[in-house]
Amino acid sequence: MKLSDRLFGVVVILGALAYTAGAFQIQASFMSDPVGSKTFPLILAGVATICGLVFLFRPDDDPKWPGRLTLGNIVIAVLVMVAYAHALKPLGFLMPTAVCAAILSFQISPRPLPAAITGLGLSIGLFLIFKYALGLGLQPVPKAWLG
Amino acid sequence: MELLSNLALGFSVALTPFTLFLAVAGCFLGTIIGALPGLGPSNGVAILIPLAFSLGLDATSALVLMTAVYYGAMYGGRISSILLNIPGDEPALMTTLDGYPMAKAGRAGDALVLSGFASFFGALFATIGLMLLAPLLSRIAYQFGPSEYFALYLLAFSTLGGIASKNQAKAALASCMGLGIAMIGLDNQTGMPRFTGGNLHLMDGVDFLVAIVGLFAVAEVFVFIESHGRESSIGVRLGKVTLPVRDLAKGIGTMLRSSVIGFIAGVLPGAGASLGSFLAYMGEKNVQGERGGFGTGVPKGVMAPEAGNNAAAGGALVPMLTLGVPGSGTTAVLLALLLTLNITPGPTLFTDRPDVVWGLIASLLIANFVLLAMNVPMVKIFVHILSVPAWVLLPGVMMISFVGIYSLSGSYFDLLLMIFFGIVGWIFRKLDVPTVPIILGILLGNHMEDALRRAMILSDGDWRFLFGFRWHGPSDGYEFYSAIPSSLLVLAVAGFVAPIFLRRVIKRPQAVSD
Repeated sequence: MKLSDRLFGVVVILGALAYTAGAFQIQASFMSDPVGSKTFPLILAGVATICGLVFLFRPDDDPKWPGRLTLGNIVIAVLVMVAYAHALKPLGFLMPTAVCAAILSFQISPRPLPAAITGLGLSIGLFLIFKYALGLGLQPVPKAWLG
Repeated sequence: MELLSNLALGFSVALTPFTLFLAVAGCFLGTIIGALPGLGPSNGVAILIPLAFSLGLDATSALVLMTAVYYGAMYGGRISSILLNIPGDEPALMTTLDGYPMAKAGRAGDALVLSGFASFFGALFATIGLMLLAPLLSRIAYQFGPSEYFALYLLAFSTLGGIASKNQAKAALASCMGLGIAMIGLDNQTGMPRFTGGNLHLMDGVDFLVAIVGLFAVAEVFVFIESHGRESSIGVRLGKVTLPVRDLAKGIGTMLRSSVIGFIAGVLPGAGASLGSFLAYMGEKNVQGERGGFGTGVPKGVMAPEAGNNAAAGGALVPMLTLGVPGSGTTAVLLALLLTLNITPGPTLFTDRPDVVWGLIASLLIANFVLLAMNVPMVKIFVHILSVPAWVLLPGVMMISFVGIYSLSGSYFDLLLMIFFGIVGWIFRKLDVPTVPIILGILLGNHMEDALRRAMILSDGDWRFLFGFRWHGPSDGYEFYSAIPSSLLVLAVAGFVAPIFLRRVIKRPQAVSD
């Protein structure tokens, strides 16, 4: 089965089409040059389409995709990261970092205690390094706590 | 004697206590980054750039710090190759072939010392080469016009993918994607927004640092989750570290040959350190013949690839500094650093900012000696650091990446974009789509388009200008004003097509070990 590359080819071609459509949306400006704003993006979309066709008709062998469990783990990791990205500003550095680092650590090696210690250690250790050694303006805890 | 006065200027910059401290710190960090499996020079430098930037270092200091990290990582990569049979980074792959057998035979200390010296030799050779070659090349490049630059960019993209992937179409697609992403944001020439979809965050375009950290560091975390940290295993024990003088003396020829090969491989656009160490190892294997016993754990088999990859690392700085076209993944990341600091590499860099260039070269010379000291007598320290388990290391990398990007922009949009690039990077790695051309595309996309558009303005829309022809009116016809654009274009086509045929002849480095 060479499904991965064929699917990838379809995605690439659709992406290139969308990109082409996007290129035609670019508004012309009163300043103009022989090439214009559209030409280079259109060339890129053209080359990408050719590449997509190559994947579709001359696909490579499938890579080894992870099982459902591992895939689930990666989805969880992504969700944790997205949550972290949103939490960093309102909740400050320490708490989100400890939780996020602990979950990621648990996913690589599923043992609760070392993971929790890793989370705590990284959160406090990195905070000290960032704040005092590198002088970044990080906020340790939610703003409200500081009054 | 221009060279000497330039060097004197360089050392006057590099020998200030702060710069010296940065070089030493960079070497130390770099060696750790190189030694840890899963953290190579490109992702190591990538996660450190946002931090260096938010520290407010000036251009020279930041560049000195990062290139010291870069050189250090090249040295450090061999440590895990030899002790764990896991290359610390890709260029160190060839070092596993003889390094690990040597370590298993109880000569781990010898292998580390010899490869440390070979790294020093290669890196020093390349730094001197850089010193001599870069000013010459920049003088030639000074005369480059937009059509030359357009051809040069094309050459970089067409050769970069050739080694990175088994499939040329995938390499080409990666370049297109990078260039395509670079188009997002305001058009340089007309000021009109392109591909923003009305999103205000995208008006400034996609920050290449976000893409770099996502594609390299975040993707690495996913790879580790998938492998459950299996990659970090217990290796060989390290006994006493002594200096094997006889092996070292016998290997001088090997180091010299490998350094020359590596340096040339590094200077070629798109080739980089992996190719340098591969060619150096294969070349030396041929020189030594059957009796050399390459692959069974011989000292020369450790010295050749290490001299080669460190020489290539220095060589790759030549096109990056003189032309603004990086020769490898890590130099692409260093280019990103320069652009962030508002320095545009290119021929004018040598005349406009001699302090930056020569300060960098002088610090590289100093860094080499620092690295030799760190990697030979003090190698045991780094061996201890190797025992940091993946379940501490990877969350740490992740958090540093987040803080780095967050402290740059302070927006969660960039963090989400970084995660997105991480997912893309992981999928692409599965599909054998190289990610370095994407980075290069994002970095150079606007320059490449500008070159094309400026060339077309000069020629009034005549595409033959790109091949070196200029229209002089009906009576005079076309003038062939320069052979450089067409030669570069021919090289670009050859560089793209050649790997398709060569791949049958030269097997990929991985295939050598089995």
